[in-house]
Amino acid sequence: MNRLSPFNVVSLTFGFAFLYLPMLILVIFSFNSSKLVTVWAGFSTKWYGTLFQNEAFLDAAWVTLKVAVMSSTFATVLGTMAAYVLVRGGRFMGRTLFSGMIYAPLVMPEVITGLSLLLLFIGIGLDRGVMTIVLAHTTFSMCYVSVVVSSRLATFDRSLEEAALDLGASQFDAFRLVTLPIIAPAVISGWLLAFTLSLDDLVIASFATGPSATTLPMKIWSSVRLGVSPEINALSSILIGIVSVGVITASLMSKRHAVRVRREEQAAQRTA
Amino acid sequence: MRRAVLIAVPYLWLLALFLVPFAIVFKVSLSDTALAIPPYTPTLKDGFSALISGLDFENFVFLTQDDLYWKAYVSSLQIAFVSTIVTLLVGYPMAYGMARAPEEWRPTLMMLVILPFWTSFLIRVYAWVGILSTEGFLNQFLLWTGIIDTPLTILNTNWAVYIGIVYTYLPFMILPIYAALERLDESLIEAAEDLGCSRMQAFWLVTIPLSRNGIVAGCFLVFIPALGEFVIPSLLGGSGTLMIGKVLFEEFFANRDWPVASAVAVILLLILIIPIILFQRNEQRQQEAEQ
Amino acid sequence: MAQTVFAPWDDPQQKPLIQFVGVTKRFGDFVAIDDLTQDIYEREFFALLGPSGCGKTTMMRMLAGFEAPTEGSILLSGQDIAGVPPNKRAVNMMFQSYALFPHLTVWDNIAFGLRRSDMPKDAIAARVEEMLKLTRLSKFGRRKPHQISGGQRQRVALARSLAKAPKLLLLDEPLGALDKKLRQDTQFELMDIQETTGTTFVIVTHDQEEAMTVASRVAVMDEGRIIQVATPEKIYEAPNSVYVADFIGDVNILEGTAKANGPESYAIDWGGAEPATATSARPFSDGQKAHLAIRPEKIAISAERPADAANAVQGKVLDIAYLGNLSTYHVELPTGQVIKAQSANTRRVSRRAYTWEDPVWLSWSATAGVLLES
Repeated sequence: MNRLSPFNVVSLTFGFAFLYLPMLILVIFSFNSSKLVTVWAGFSTKWYGTLFQNEAFLDAAWVTLKVAVMSSTFATVLGTMAAYVLVRGGRFMGRTLFSGMIYAPLVMPEVITGLSLLLLFIGIGLDRGVMTIVLAHTTFSMCYVSVVVSSRLATFDRSLEEAALDLGASQFDAFRLVTLPIIAPAVISGWLLAFTLSLDDLVIASFATGPSATTLPMKIWSSVRLGVSPEINALSSILIGIVSVGVITASLMSKRHAVRVRREEQAAQRTA
Repeated sequence: MRRAVLIAVPYLWLLALFLVPFAIVFKVSLSDTALAIPPYTPTLKDGFSALISGLDFENFVFLTQDDLYWKAYVSSLQIAFVSTIVTLLVGYPMAYGMARAPEEWRPTLMMLVILPFWTSFLIRVYAWVGILSTEGFLNQFLLWTGIIDTPLTILNTNWAVYIGIVYTYLPFMILPIYAALERLDESLIEAAEDLGCSRMQAFWLVTIPLSRNGIVAGCFLVFIPALGEFVIPSLLGGSGTLMIGKVLFEEFFANRDWPVASAVAVILLLILIIPIILFQRNEQRQQEAEQ
Repeated sequence: MAQTVFAPWDDPQQKPLIQFVGVTKRFGDFVAIDDLTQDIYEREFFALLGPSGCGKTTMMRMLAGFEAPTEGSILLSGQDIAGVPPNKRAVNMMFQSYALFPHLTVWDNIAFGLRRSDMPKDAIAARVEEMLKLTRLSKFGRRKPHQISGGQRQRVALARSLAKAPKLLLLDEPLGALDKKLRQDTQFELMDIQETTGTTFVIVTHDQEEAMTVASRVAVMDEGRIIQVATPEKIYEAPNSVYVADFIGDVNILEGTAKANGPESYAIDWGGAEPATATSARPFSDGQKAHLAIRPEKIAISAERPADAANAVQGKVLDIAYLGNLSTYHVELPTGQVIKAQSANTRRVSRRAYTWEDPVWLSWSATAGVLLES
């Protein structure tokens, strides 16, 4: 389809304005010198300064980063295994239960997941802190990873693995040398997804943590419940900036890669 | 052997950290509150037979008696339903516009829809606090244009909750619909017009039915998480906003009544099972159709 | 010196390389291979031909080790290969999709199998270069699969599967993805390479022309059974059943009853004005139902009844399909049956002798057709 009608243009313009204006306003007003966040009083970067002197925020950021790196790494390993089992595992006892447990956390309200994990941790007498948050985040984000990876595996040409076996590779070598390099982009996006989910999570972390560990979203939460604060605006702007740069770079890279591949394919057909 | 390990590791992980916790929630929902650690009775320490005989449905009975709870369930369903419809009304024209945009724009438009998804949920909800408050940007703007002369109260009402849900879940609605519309063969529309349909008729008779799976998927992807939403009603809603996720959170952390909180969770889960099964069926049908 | 014909299957001294012994393969209720017994000899170019779902791919996948027979056994050089996993078999396969590893260069694709063995590095390099040369790909070693054309990809897949010098090479629809012209060139190349390397090839195809061109023997399959195994000439000239006759090329079938009218000669009453005469080494009893299969190019078309023809019938031209070098005439007989006759276009079309609705005579010799049991 192509040819945008005026209606299409209007709905796209308003739609994207709706999606982006709130964030844009947030970023602009993080440079407001006034503490009154809704009245513009001149440009200033002082809130960024105070943010970086706020030990509590920096500590929380460090905890969050640790949790996110650990949980997304575990989740990627477990999720990739789970995806492989789902797509390639064939039949085994309890397969339906397994796929149910993979998909259920995706639609489960966070309050329920959080509550159930907290009851478990208390039930087995686990000290709550960074470790329990990592366990909780790994569990729900491995399901996201497995969905991303298994949708890639489902379209994976199985004869590539068979060719590797046929040429003398062991099952493990076939996975290591052929399957993994080809599905690597999906595994990496799975990791990034798990990382962002962990970075973002408030509810489950609130349940799973104890007094010893406070994550950044929890810190933001306790502060925004009291209303808008310029420091939070500055922090939000930084996070929005990081994500935007990341997403835009990734999409530019993938676009350039696609263009290059297409050009090379065309060149190959012409010289043939 | 290797295969067994490959299956066992993720399987046991999910059993231990997903299924067992649910069994515990269910068990606690049948227990009584106690001034102890953990704050419920009986526990496994009391012995197995005492554990079984100590369980009852008291908490569920309590939920039906106190109208706070069933009002919260009804109001959650209503808020989730209305916001899903509004999200569809906002999302469909956007997805439609994206699908009709020139091909070289589409990846960029797609990226613009996905980008908010990667941005912190909490921050995106928070962004609306400054916009919707009495002295916020929306009121400032409306006062400046002269549409109103006294500021509107939007923040801390259900209106703000609707806006928050539509805003944060919009990408979930757009993506499946866009995926369905992008696959739609333009020549089908041309064929419909060739056979005497007007533009509008072709849209209603061809485009809408063929994007049905995307619409259904998008609606469930908004409705299901919205039903158990906690952050949006807590931050944007007022004291009058009753949503079950918020009630559960408060029951647990403020009142420390774990058995009742667990019972609330069990009921919420039962309510969710229906849309989840419907959603799964829709997905399955779509996969079968693609094969 | 007399040219020795390559026909190990006629030599009782020869030991087969592959033996299928009573092999049955079931997938659930579906019988893919039904009690199949077949020998394949060394240096053979053996084609499995049949419609999709006839079991030819299953046979190949059992040879490669991706499927195990439900019953019976498969022997390779006399050894039962059941239980030998695909990565331990001296059998390599060229996949229909080529299955080239997209993240590896052409060079690394070809070296992949060699690196799985304990071959020293420089021997691997030498072997890869040799394979590149054999398949005329020396210039493309450093390219990735997406940077070469379809025909080149096909040759990489061939080089990769030949690199380990397998006893047996399996080719699954190897030319299916190429366009017609390239396919014809590649068929001859494939035969050259098979001859140079002396490897036994088993090819799966649904394209009868391809099977006829490349193979030393063709096995025509249907519903999990091999219907006939023979050289391409025999399959075409002497099919053993209506199924084979019909599957390979174009054929006219006259259905009737046989009656002996001489040594190895029969009169077939098929409903025409006079019975058809046909020779057959296969005996038929009087009154037995028989099918007479005649290829269109063996039927002559003429305006007058030819004087010396063993069989002649009259009809009128219904349709003419002009194919360039040939024309096929569809001639309707008084019985209503339509017979196809082919003739070479040695003259320009404008001077063609017959056109639509013209009455014509069709004639064929007694040896032109094959008499088949029903």
